[in-house]
Amino acid sequence: MKKNIFYLILLLFFTFIFTVFYIGLDKPNFYTPKEVKNKSLEEFTSTELFSNEQFNSNDIIENNKFTLVNIWASWCVPCRLEHSLLMDLSEKTNLNIVGLNYKDKKNNAIKLLNELGNPFSKILTDPDGIISISLGAYGVPETFLLNNKSKVIRKYIGPLTKDNILEIIKIIQ
Amino acid sequence: MISSHIGHYSLLLGFVISISLLVYSIFCFKKNNQNINQNIFSFLFLQFFTVVISFISLVYSFIISDFSNVTVYNNSHSTKPIFYKITGTWGNHEGSLLLWLLVLTLFIFLFIIFSKKQPTKYRLLSIFFQQIIISGFFLFLLLTSNPFNFLFPVPNEGLGLNPILQDPALAIHPPILYLGYVGSSIIFSASLASLVQNNINKEWAIHIKKWIQAAWFFLTIGILLGSIWAYYELGWGGFWFWDPVENVSLMPWLCLTALLHTVIVLEKRNLLKSWTLILSIATFTFSMIGTFLVRSGILNSVHTFANDPERGMFILLFLFSLIILSIILFFIYQSKENSSQKKFFLVSKETSILINNWFMMYFLSVVLIGTTYPIFLEVIVNEKISVGPPFFNKLLIPFLGLFLIFMAIGPKLNWIKDNYKKIKYSRIVYFIICLLISFYLIKKTSSEILFTSILGGASLYLLFATIKEFLNKKYNTPQAISHFGFSLFILSILFNSLFSNEFSANMKIGQELIYEKEQIKFLKIKTFDKENYKSVIANFEITDEKNNVISLYPEIRIYNQPKILTSEADIISTAFFDKFIVINLLKGEEIFNVRYQTKPFMIWIWISVCLISIGGMLSLFKRH
Amino acid sequence: MMRIIKFILLIFIIILSFQEISSANSSSPLIDKISKNLRCLICQGQSVYDSQSDFALSMKTLINKKLEEGKSEKQIYDYLKNQYGEWIVYDPEFDKKNLLLWTFPLILFIFGGLLIYRKVFIN
Repeated sequence: MKKNIFYLILLLFFTFIFTVFYIGLDKPNFYTPKEVKNKSLEEFTSTELFSNEQFNSNDIIENNKFTLVNIWASWCVPCRLEHSLLMDLSEKTNLNIVGLNYKDKKNNAIKLLNELGNPFSKILTDPDGIISISLGAYGVPETFLLNNKSKVIRKYIGPLTKDNILEIIKIIQ
Repeated sequence: MISSHIGHYSLLLGFVISISLLVYSIFCFKKNNQNINQNIFSFLFLQFFTVVISFISLVYSFIISDFSNVTVYNNSHSTKPIFYKITGTWGNHEGSLLLWLLVLTLFIFLFIIFSKKQPTKYRLLSIFFQQIIISGFFLFLLLTSNPFNFLFPVPNEGLGLNPILQDPALAIHPPILYLGYVGSSIIFSASLASLVQNNINKEWAIHIKKWIQAAWFFLTIGILLGSIWAYYELGWGGFWFWDPVENVSLMPWLCLTALLHTVIVLEKRNLLKSWTLILSIATFTFSMIGTFLVRSGILNSVHTFANDPERGMFILLFLFSLIILSIILFFIYQSKENSSQKKFFLVSKETSILINNWFMMYFLSVVLIGTTYPIFLEVIVNEKISVGPPFFNKLLIPFLGLFLIFMAIGPKLNWIKDNYKKIKYSRIVYFIICLLISFYLIKKTSSEILFTSILGGASLYLLFATIKEFLNKKYNTPQAISHFGFSLFILSILFNSLFSNEFSANMKIGQELIYEKEQIKFLKIKTFDKENYKSVIANFEITDEKNNVISLYPEIRIYNQPKILTSEADIISTAFFDKFIVINLLKGEEIFNVRYQTKPFMIWIWISVCLISIGGMLSLFKRH
Repeated sequence: MMRIIKFILLIFIIILSFQEISSANSSSPLIDKISKNLRCLICQGQSVYDSQSDFALSMKTLINKKLEEGKSEKQIYDYLKNQYGEWIVYDPEFDKKNLLLWTFPLILFIFGGLLIYRKVFIN
């Protein structure tokens, strides 16, 4: 009798393991950080692209009900894809779009803007990528929709899609 | 294109043979013949032959760059050097599975040839169980991972092989590793057969021990080759990362090493029957678990093959069928005979081996739990964590010291019962001296003195103990060599990690920097065009305080297909240290990130593992 | 007695050969130590120390900056865990959800010890 119970427990144990692995197969093995709702971004200072002036992030964000921070670079191919959507957004709404130029050369950045247009009210620079990390980003492109208290309403990883734009427009209305 | 057809039909034929053998072996089993029917030999050879044909067809397709074959298309390129076209055959998921089948079919064939003294029914059952595994793999290949799928229209060019895999180590690491990893399948099948036939005894132990030793030898060398490859190729100067794929090869090794010791107890004293069976079954089970973890995409690793949940599902089901089968067989056939009528005395060789197993199972559980816990956590609580080197180091290192001390004492004890007075005062004095030496050497460093001193002291003690045993030819020489190798291994790793120097900086051409009494000069770079990449070789000169100059040539390779940049380290190895340098190009600038390391005793790490395996090999060829 | 003297002589020879070797060092020890304990989010199989991705390089700069600000190792880990989740650190926390991770092997060890105790001392 003791022997039977032992084997039964053994079978149950392995069935449990099997089930966990079975469910685990469907989970993606690439890690993306969980989106923490209502997280506030810490303030940062950065040099503006054109004027070389130092700006504090709070100064820019406080004065607008919403701010869209877009991390981009001239060497980043997907950034070019979303650029036209950003141009659209800047023309159709009066949303404050701030660009964060990530690990880029000033000349190359300006070249891209001349080529594809400038949707940004301001462009801050992040030459060694530290500011992006303080925002919780880890690649390009990434976009954050903030309120005037630097709280993250939405975070978009990868190039913006048309649906993302529609969602942004809906929120700022 | 024809070669793909030949390969495919050969596989089908092999599968048909495996099903036939399943039936035929049971048929012969029931007939109670004295000897094994000659047909069985023929079938087994034919089956092996079909896999060889299949394998050669795939190699041929790679050599001629037949891009109508999906596998060749995905993993090869016409500009690849011929050597890497051939080795690329088993550098991918489908090809490596052919390698699995090759070893599976080869081993059962060899097993039947070399087991003539064993009972016929036992041999037939071994064939039966092995064919279950073989048919499973044939099905797996044919249904989900066929190396002979067609692509139409035929592309002009393939997608290319990952440059990291274009290395001589890829030629030997998988085949040798599989001889051990997959070779444990025969131990699994033979053990199940032995369980059913209830012939777990001294004679069986002597017979199966040879297979255990052979598989163990290849598995040890296979893992060593993987580490050597990582060290020379991957460019971070490390050789073990506790990456899931590395852990997955370590788990069967720990099981197999424990089994290697347990089977000796079975042989000498006819004890630990059930435990021997459990270990035998567990070893191959861990091979299968490993295959699942690595090929299903459930874990994140640098080393994983292309991920496909469908394949993962198949392996998972197959794996659990084998486990359930083993449990059921155990339930039905476990011997009621109470062999623990013989007593285990505390001071005896049997108990030392029990203690060895105890520690081995602990190490195994650490590696297993560390590797799979993130999966459980994610499924149950939906949280993702990482388990890396700090975890494994913290849980394993404290126990290693004690383990080494037992390794020094155990082999010297007699079977059945020994006298604790054997632990003479001189031994204790020697041990304390070793501890003091270790402490003195480690004091210079800033690491945790307590554990590392004990570890160092224990391994020194084992070192001297085994040297003494080796000189004193009364004892078991192969075992002394292996244990000596292990003590040397721990010592080399210990002093390597304690005394390594690392220097990292961004440097321009022509720049000179000084670090730790050495002057590091970045002289120049040269570019060359090679077969399928552009080579950028930097020339560094290291001058030490005695004005000895070493020249190092780290390389950056810019491959064309796929477009990847790799860094090739330049390593100069001497008996005392390795000088290791690697450079990386910083994006868009003429500055290189230079990493220069001095790593003491690296070469002894490799030599010691070779010694460990040589001991195993000598044991295999020892006449009884 | 003679044996022990020979032994000690042998030891001195070994120790002398160690005089050449200096203790472990790194040009940037704390950055190395921390970056080896962090995972790269782009090349997810590598540590930040090994990875050459933009993210990893930025991380090393950030670690350096934080160390210069006087932050401790733990503070840096906590900051990054806050940004990216616990996954980013290779050393798992010792908290409720990881309890089994840290203790289960030890429980098994004790269990194994009990089995051996039973086999040897009780019959």
